[in-house]
Amino acid sequence: MSLKYTEEHEWILVEGDVATVGITHHAQDALGDVVFVELPEVGSSFEQKAVAGVVESVKAAADVYMPISGQITEVNEALRGDPSLANTDPLGAGWFFKVKLSDASQVNALLDETAYTAFAASN
Amino acid sequence: MISVMVLLCPWRFQLSADTALLNTPLNALHIELGARMVPFAGYSMPVQYPMGLMAEHHHTRAEAGLFDVSHMGQLRLVGPDAAAAFESLMPIDVIDLPVGKQRYGLLLTDEGTIIDDLMFVNRGTDIFVIVNGACKVNDIAHIQARIGSRCQVIPMPERALLALQGPKAVDALSRMVPGVEKLVFMTGASFDWQGADLFITRSGYTGEDGFEISVGNDQVDAFARALLAQAEVKPIGLGARNSLRLEAGLCLYGNDIDTTTTPIEAGLNWALQKVRRTGGARAGGFPGANIVLGQLDGTYPLTRKRAGFIAQERVPVREHVELHNLQGVKIGEVSSGLLGPTANVPVAMGYVDAANAAIGTVVNAMVRGKAVPMTVSAMPFVPNRYYRG
Repeated sequence: MSLKYTEEHEWILVEGDVATVGITHHAQDALGDVVFVELPEVGSSFEQKAVAGVVESVKAAADVYMPISGQITEVNEALRGDPSLANTDPLGAGWFFKVKLSDASQVNALLDETAYTAFAASN
Repeated sequence: MISVMVLLCPWRFQLSADTALLNTPLNALHIELGARMVPFAGYSMPVQYPMGLMAEHHHTRAEAGLFDVSHMGQLRLVGPDAAAAFESLMPIDVIDLPVGKQRYGLLLTDEGTIIDDLMFVNRGTDIFVIVNGACKVNDIAHIQARIGSRCQVIPMPERALLALQGPKAVDALSRMVPGVEKLVFMTGASFDWQGADLFITRSGYTGEDGFEISVGNDQVDAFARALLAQAEVKPIGLGARNSLRLEAGLCLYGNDIDTTTTPIEAGLNWALQKVRRTGGARAGGFPGANIVLGQLDGTYPLTRKRAGFIAQERVPVREHVELHNLQGVKIGEVSSGLLGPTANVPVAMGYVDAANAAIGTVVNAMVRGKAVPMTVSAMPFVPNRYYRG
């Protein structure tokens, strides 16, 4: 399964019925040095586009939106301890949370890499 | 993440998108250096360079950082009555300031609130004034209207302004401009660099030792490039300027002081010399004196005060966050706040009712509906390292 993206600058990797979510390279670059993340509680459920977390640099704060509806199964405790992982490895060790999908069809409407790259370049 | 780009410059005084931005004379250099440019005070300004805010902040505290602050307003007051006239606008001793000395000043409304904060130098032949970029048009109009008949008010748009800040600023600058090492904190003098006349003060907005350098628009690019060629010097953007000044406990006009705050509410009592206070030889005689001096001597109510805060949890607390007492009653609001890169804790300043402003008081900052306990703390959050000789 390939990476999908949102216009809110999150990435989502779907494996079976669980998806991993993080912020894109473009997002971390725009934010600058990330110094704080607020992650959702494991077990909590969110509708698509609901605010599920917060990411902050020294100069800015931004909400992290749910790319797809579902229930949080795991959060990245390493990121909570070292928020700079969102800068150094945004698509890897800097992931934010995992979510069990409640409506897999939502994935189809997300941006693919080409579409996201074009979107990010125009913003 | 949708609002990331909007939040990149969270300070006020941004112009609407359809207003043309001005450029400083260093615009080409900023772009060449890879700066991220943002609107600030009507100018396109570098918020950070490729090194990034955090590294820029640490570099300034460890070595020397070069800031383009050419958006700020420079002006001269000229004439035998200039000092007395300028003193009529501020609760400050202008008349007795010796030649070569610099002082902090505050332009006040007739209600005693702050129109702008500024720095001025007695240069003997004139009073050299530096005001905030976002306020400069209003400031010059205000000064002209109030004292234009008593002295010449001469804006200096032909001059750029640089700040070189950090413990190694003196090493880098004295290599190019011998003699600057003899200046001490809050003094200034004229110097020459390759035919360019410089006016340099030993002052700044970071809490570090350092200099502010007024130089002609035509020479500033060459001068800045020569500074950047020094091993200690890196370019620093507005983002780090903000985190450095906040750690130093210094107010940002528009956030921490404005036309709703008086100098006493802002805790700027130190800026008011005794000669202008009740009982002083030239007491009062400035706009809003009854209110300002009344708040100082206790005859006029002081309902709120600016205070510093350190969070007990590692959660950044930003401007406009509400402050509550431990009973859950709102007592004030944060005016500036961020995770201090050197302090390595979330730091903030804000206004609370006077009963909750004592150092050691614990208050709750309401961040996204959750209480983050903060302790009222002395400022600066990082010790100042000014060079006093």
